[in-house]
Amino acid sequence: MDAFTIHTGTAAPLRRSNVDTDQIIPAEYLKRITRTGFEDGLFVAWRTNEPDFVLNQPQYAGASILVAGPDFGTGSSREHANWALLDGGFRVVISPRFADIFRNNSTKAGLLTVVLPDADVEALWAAVEADPALPVTVDLQAEQVTYGDVTVPFQIDPYTRWRLLEGLDDVGLTERHLDDISAFEAQRPAWLPRSLPA
Amino acid sequence: MGQTLAQKVYESHVVRRTAGEPDLLYIDLHLVHEVTSPQAFDGLRAAGRRVRRPDLTMATEDHNVPTLDILSPIADPVSRAQVEALRRNAAEFGIRLAPMGDRDQGIVHVIGPQLGLTQPGMTIVCGDSHTSTHGAFGALAFGIGTSEVEHVLATQTLPQYPAKQMSVTVDGELPPGVSAKDVILAVIAEIGTGGGQGHVIEYRGTAIEGLSMEARMTICNMSIEAGARAGLIAPDQTTFDFLQGRPHAPQGADWDAAVAHWSTLHTDPDAVFDREVHIDAASLTPYVTWGTNPGQGLPIGASVPDPAQITDENERQAAESALAYMGLTAGTPLREIAVDTVFLGSCTNGRIEDLRVAAALLAGKHVDASTRMLVVPGSVAVKQQAEAEGLDRVFIDAGAEWRGAGCSMCLGMNPDQLKPGERSASTSNRNFQGRQGKGGRTHLVSPAVAAATALTGKLTAPADLEMAGV
Ligand code: SF4
Repeated sequence: MDAFTIHTGTAAPLRRSNVDTDQIIPAEYLKRITRTGFEDGLFVAWRTNEPDFVLNQPQYAGASILVAGPDFGTGSSREHANWALLDGGFRVVISPRFADIFRNNSTKAGLLTVVLPDADVEALWAAVEADPALPVTVDLQAEQVTYGDVTVPFQIDPYTRWRLLEGLDDVGLTERHLDDISAFEAQRPAWLPRSLPA
Repeated sequence: MGQTLAQKVYESHVVRRTAGEPDLLYIDLHLVHEVTSPQAFDGLRAAGRRVRRPDLTMATEDHNVPTLDILSPIADPVSRAQVEALRRNAAEFGIRLAPMGDRDQGIVHVIGPQLGLTQPGMTIVCGDSHTSTHGAFGALAFGIGTSEVEHVLATQTLPQYPAKQMSVTVDGELPPGVSAKDVILAVIAEIGTGGGQGHVIEYRGTAIEGLSMEARMTICNMSIEAGARAGLIAPDQTTFDFLQGRPHAPQGADWDAAVAHWSTLHTDPDAVFDREVHIDAASLTPYVTWGTNPGQGLPIGASVPDPAQITDENERQAAESALAYMGLTAGTPLREIAVDTVFLGSCTNGRIEDLRVAAALLAGKHVDASTRMLVVPGSVAVKQQAEAEGLDRVFIDAGAEWRGAGCSMCLGMNPDQLKPGERSASTSNRNFQGRQGKGGRTHLVSPAVAAATALTGKLTAPADLEMAGV
């Protein structure tokens, strides 16, 4: 996973709530067995059917920060949604509320999710609609979003922040505790089920 | 202070706890399917890692499998490659797989309980958001992404933080024709698709205690549609009776030890929930969704809502775009909405009881000429059981299509899809735009409403059938 410290880019205003992972990437793209190359599936239904969909507008073509309404990433656990956003050039998604699994997957894939209150999202939408070229900076070190003369703080749990700043992958971290895992396994009740054919 | 059921299960699986870090949680059962696992196995291979506990891991093929002609190779080359990747990975890493054609094959959340692998007090994960289904047994079960699948394969653990606790209490008696599906659709309509975010939901109350295991699974299944990663129900005699004698259930002295432990798995009287929701079972009627998220549901007697009446700006915009997508006009009675397709199946409502309810309504009648009905059992075992009971004949005689087991039209990764503009009444769990096929329009319903709708061609409650002369 790539480390995330500070990112400056332009932002695309996605004025929609309840953007589910089926919209971020539909099931047909999930048949692939690779981990990259999902950009063609990103919001494909809206990109195809809605000429004025925000990502079809040339002024937002190079955006790397997506600013969405509440309940972003609801639905399926598909990490392909996070990969598709990364493959589509996004490093950050900002929303008043994320679905838990989507947010969790983001921290594994290196996509930063930033929770801002509705009013701050509304203000950011207005700012980038007024000036699509407005640079927006998301600083994970300082835990703040900056654009124009506005600075908005955000919160993230310290452990996730540390992992993202260092670009560390979880499996390696957990493998430091294999002794604890073995000790736990030694005291599990013998009657717990095993999957081997009964 | 006492603990909730979910807290008890969680705490008993903490391998390691250190301030400033997430807990390391042990996972008792890891279910795997073809869609969310190939990149995880690739990750293991790239790092030279093995699967730590193949004996606590079980794989099946479900999302891509065709429901017709299931013994031939899958025609779609991309689907076939994905299924073949799972077969290779299972063989290479020594994981038990129930492939197409196997008697244990089926939707991952149907086969776990059916085999008795799902038991009270366990932690269960799968790269699939409807893993919450297994919570019906008093297990802490939740969906994970592919990176976490890799993590569990490698370490049999997951870094986790304790969730907030929510209770949904449903007291009283459900009116005739009202089922578990209606209960959960009503809950989601009440608390919204983000209402359970960050929480585990415990379903309690006399109406829940009165439900069968299958009905409990329907409720826990859709916890994720309310934003909660997990939902669970305290195990009781109904749970034990369901499990006893299943292939992986404990036996003899082990059974007694297990039941003694399972009997301790309930929320303490002085435990505190962060949020409590109460629902009066007697007030419920069959629910159907009108929009494009599962929170957009209403009693079937209602009409399509008018977005102009909705005060919350986000909700209003969501309703407007939902109506545009669904091709519906505000004020139309839900009962007047005509459907092209009825889908009976999925991990929400593809179990034997669901098929029985639908078959009882269809017996001796015929699906409306304007409508096709697809019946897809959740697993091969459900299919065999239904055939042993003669339900397949009931469906076929009624003009429905009797198919092989799998996810099918729940998400249309196989050929079972809606065409653009087609409208379905579906017993699955998601009415998202395009979920059942590009441009397809989905109304979520219970199995009873699905069957009644198939008979009339319009959204119909079972109680309406007599009046409709069907
Ligand atoms: S039946 Fe539908 S919801 Fe259930 S696992 Fe399959 S695709 Fe997912």
